[in-house]
Amino acid sequence: MTSAADALSLNASPLSAEQLHTLQQLSAGASDAALWWISGYLAGQAALRAPQAAPKANAVSQSRLTVVYASQTGNSKAAATALARQAESQGLAVRLVNIAEYSLAELGRERYLAIAISTQGDGDPPDDARIFLKQLAGARAPKLADLRYTVLALGDSSYAKFCEIGRKLDARLAELGGSRLAERADADLDIEATAAPWRLSTLSAAVEAIGRSPAATVTLLRPVTAAVAAATHWQSATVYANQRLTARDSEVDVRHLELSLGDSGLRYEPGDSLEVQIDNPSALVDEFLARSGLDGDASVEHAGQRRSLRDWLRSERELTRLSASLLSAVFAAHPEHPLQAAGNSLLDTHQVVDLLAAGRVEWDAQRWVAALAPLKPRAYSIASAQAEVGDEVHLTVALKRSHGAGIERVGLASGHLAALAEGAQVKVRVEANPRFRLPRDGSRDLIMIGPGTGVAPFRAFLQQRVADGASGRNWLFFGHRHLRSEFLYQTEWLAALKRGQLHRLDVAFSRDGPERRYVQHVIAERATELVSWIDNGAHLYLCGDAKRMARDVEATLIDAIARVRGIDSEAASDELDALSSAGRFQRDVY
Amino acid sequence: MMTTLSPVETIKANSRFLRGTLVESLADAHTGGLREPDQTLLKFHGSYQQDDRDLREERAEAKLEPAHSFMIRTRTPGGVVTPAQWLAFDAIARRYGGGSLRLTTRQAIQLHGVIKRELKSTLQAINQTLIDTIAACGDVNRNVLVSANPVDSDAHRIVYADAVALSEALLPATRAYHEIWLDEQPVAGTPEVEPLYGPTYLPRKFKTAFVLPPQNDVDIHAHDLGFVAIVVDGVVAGYNVLVGGGLGTTHGDARTYARAASVLGYVPRGQEIEVAKAVLTTQRDHGSREDRRLSRLKYTIDRLGLDWFRGEVEQRSGVKFAPAKAVRFTSRGDRFGWTRGVDGNWHLTLRLVAGRIADRSEASLLSALRQLAQVHQGDFRITANQNLVVAGISPEARPEIERIFIETGLAALLERSPVELNALACVALPTCPLAMAEAERYLPRFSAQVQSLLARHGVPEEVLSLRISGCPNGCSRPFLAEVALVGKAPGRYNLHLGGDAFGVRLNRLYRENIDEAEILAVLDRSFGRWRLERGSAEAFGDYADRVLLAEVAP
Repeated sequence: MTSAADALSLNASPLSAEQLHTLQQLSAGASDAALWWISGYLAGQAALRAPQAAPKANAVSQSRLTVVYASQTGNSKAAATALARQAESQGLAVRLVNIAEYSLAELGRERYLAIAISTQGDGDPPDDARIFLKQLAGARAPKLADLRYTVLALGDSSYAKFCEIGRKLDARLAELGGSRLAERADADLDIEATAAPWRLSTLSAAVEAIGRSPAATVTLLRPVTAAVAAATHWQSATVYANQRLTARDSEVDVRHLELSLGDSGLRYEPGDSLEVQIDNPSALVDEFLARSGLDGDASVEHAGQRRSLRDWLRSERELTRLSASLLSAVFAAHPEHPLQAAGNSLLDTHQVVDLLAAGRVEWDAQRWVAALAPLKPRAYSIASAQAEVGDEVHLTVALKRSHGAGIERVGLASGHLAALAEGAQVKVRVEANPRFRLPRDGSRDLIMIGPGTGVAPFRAFLQQRVADGASGRNWLFFGHRHLRSEFLYQTEWLAALKRGQLHRLDVAFSRDGPERRYVQHVIAERATELVSWIDNGAHLYLCGDAKRMARDVEATLIDAIARVRGIDSEAASDELDALSSAGRFQRDVY
Repeated sequence: MMTTLSPVETIKANSRFLRGTLVESLADAHTGGLREPDQTLLKFHGSYQQDDRDLREERAEAKLEPAHSFMIRTRTPGGVVTPAQWLAFDAIARRYGGGSLRLTTRQAIQLHGVIKRELKSTLQAINQTLIDTIAACGDVNRNVLVSANPVDSDAHRIVYADAVALSEALLPATRAYHEIWLDEQPVAGTPEVEPLYGPTYLPRKFKTAFVLPPQNDVDIHAHDLGFVAIVVDGVVAGYNVLVGGGLGTTHGDARTYARAASVLGYVPRGQEIEVAKAVLTTQRDHGSREDRRLSRLKYTIDRLGLDWFRGEVEQRSGVKFAPAKAVRFTSRGDRFGWTRGVDGNWHLTLRLVAGRIADRSEASLLSALRQLAQVHQGDFRITANQNLVVAGISPEARPEIERIFIETGLAALLERSPVELNALACVALPTCPLAMAEAERYLPRFSAQVQSLLARHGVPEEVLSLRISGCPNGCSRPFLAEVALVGKAPGRYNLHLGGDAFGVRLNRLYRENIDEAEILAVLDRSFGRWRLERGSAEAFGDYADRVLLAEVAP
């Protein structure tokens, strides 16, 4: 990865040979974390100089298309990389860059810009874009009168704030004076359906504006490696154990699953996720057919593929997750639908069949297949380390239940996994998460904040740290509703505490006391010690719910830093950003 | 021989007079339990850490710690509780104790299932009723028993007052309880002393009882220290002093045994506190602190000799024992239903199976007793047989009490055979950590089975004392019963036979480690032979002692 990154930045480098040599020397011996830190440092330097010392006319940016991507799981990067390749093959001068390495100063000089950016969960930016977007929203953002730009927004229409980050970015660039090279495109889970036309219109506009430049080349940030190829390959895993982790009187059903990867050779690291591929249950497909009155054997052609409606519904289309676009289409066609007024609030409470149960939707099979979102695999943070469990992979799965139409529905993957018996098979593949990694240096302390099923990767982290004999201290923050019934992996944490493998354990159980008490309340109480751990070089990790928890926890962390250091919250927020840039604050939120 | 102190002795010695790290343990948010040494110290404050053993395995699989909860036991000498206090406990049980109260064989009220973060609030609520839980468990003098005799109200008042005074006199002096639970500020600078107990308290628990003959409802021979009230011309003149009773044993350890108390002699009333302190300090200084199985006073006395012990007590107390007065016991059970006292007031003795009071489908006992407490003007007395006397009902108040008694179903609970009415059981599973087999939950079934055997042999009205204990620790005083089951393993018990009807003679092991079918078969055969071979009105326990046990005697 390091060499590929070098190749990229050096190719389009404005540096002298001597500067290049120095930079290569510097980067050769540096850890990942150091590289991240250096890039942030240099970007900061550039940003500081920008107002005074912006080069007047940068010949390169005048005639080059810059393709920036902000990516959590790699989809934006893939889309951006495809654009850069196509542009290069068209003879354009192209620069492909990750948004974390892209500064406001550079933006101020930019003439032609294409950005691919995803929206995480309920309207959050990908981690690598956080700092840039924050700066862009601020008063020091440059005027962009000379900029022509276009945005590819990626998202998941099952969330209410679909493509929110891309939309905001598009609007902000326009506000700063930029004009559009091509119209923004909002891609749902079937990204290519939107990304391919966006690339075409972007390319033709760019070619027209810039002209061709045979001298320019682009190098991929990260070549497609065997490991990446393997990751796209589905494997069959065998269920070794399916154990409920919440007490029998808990309303919450959380499962500990142990899957055997057998001799598949599948490898993962602590912090990675496991994707599972599951078809919709036949009963749910049958219910859809019964409620819609459609014939399951009817043949439907869509996007160049022909299969029976039943097959579409079973293995190609989402039935358990609604999408905002489906809702708006249904309600546009049926303004009289009884659930119309509920709007996007249905996303969390209803499934597709619940819409049909509540009111009529007079669509034919073709229209349904076109409107329903493509079925996508579900990812779970892995709860084990191979150093401890060998060829097994452990998951922590909360059974998702909803009662939208008064009928209990379960989530596709959680419902399927929770019901699996020992010996059952499930299709899985590893989804690498290089942004959620243990520090290489085992003497670093860890602060792990993982309420609910967010605790899963920290079980993996602790297993790995113990296996490594890491000397750093480990501090876990956990929260759930009830101590007695919902403390996930309690006996393991207590045993680790007793053995001195876990050094601090702070918990919050929201429903046990008269007042709601969440993990951020405990963090606030431990502010002084937490900051002293940070000063001591600790790495912070946050995993779990993105909607509320992650935001509340981050606000609390900023507040804690501000209080302990006696600085304002903006400065504290900058410190947290710097930790993030340095790879010392990593998030896996969903 | 080298001796080493038991670990409990070290915990006590390091506890700063029973404080330990209880405050820190209570604050540990990641567990519903206490740190290990604090689990021992908590007992001295009247509470035990327990867990729901029915759920242990399931929770272990779920990677959850055991379902810890706390039993809290009151210090209520003689089991006397006012209606206002009863109503307060009713509310406490509903709020903190899972809607259940339990009356114990030591005349205490027990709460079960209190969770750690509510432990302090619960103890504060209890103390607000002017009842405390100090020394209700632990290596100290525990709750003092008094015969619940409702008839001889004058004598009862005197004996009860003596018992309360004794209970107060033998309390530990440490302020740990008040600081930890009641937020009393520690007094800086004054070194704390424990004048009676010393910093390591007693080697083992210490139980005291007062009895008012001829009723032996407290099983006076089962306690470390017993006072038998000698009433002369209607006045409590003095006490026969008994020492060294104790029923706890350990399966498979032949050094342990149940022991009926020995007589030290008679003392006039007013000297019982000095005598008690001398007995207690002699045990403090001479009891074994190495092996807790052998630490009770009974072993100290057998090791050093009764005469030596009497001399030591006389020397320490300055009291000379006179020969014991003659005493006769004629019953040990409670007098169920209505009885009239010498003062003309009425008393109503209720049957509460195994002392359990809860609102269940078969009967809403908690609510029924609340109704009674709302109108009752006298007091309540918990009996040593786990029942409850509604005491001191004026003739005018009786109709209203009678109405509640009948309408709430409390009266129906008395429509049982004598065997079932007098049977006792400890709590055992699922909460008691010592239990090896069921007791409380098994009692209704087993007592009914014994009753049907008696009916089969034509003696359905026979009063036969039947007790079940989940372990050989003996909380339900099994070793003084005519028929006793002592838990060995789930569904398996040792069968003891041969106690007498009045709680004076210990029973003996008759069959070891047998299941229900075999127990019933043995009892069936034994009852059959007893019917044929008994002397005119020979009690089953006496017959078993004379014939059955003689056959198996070594």
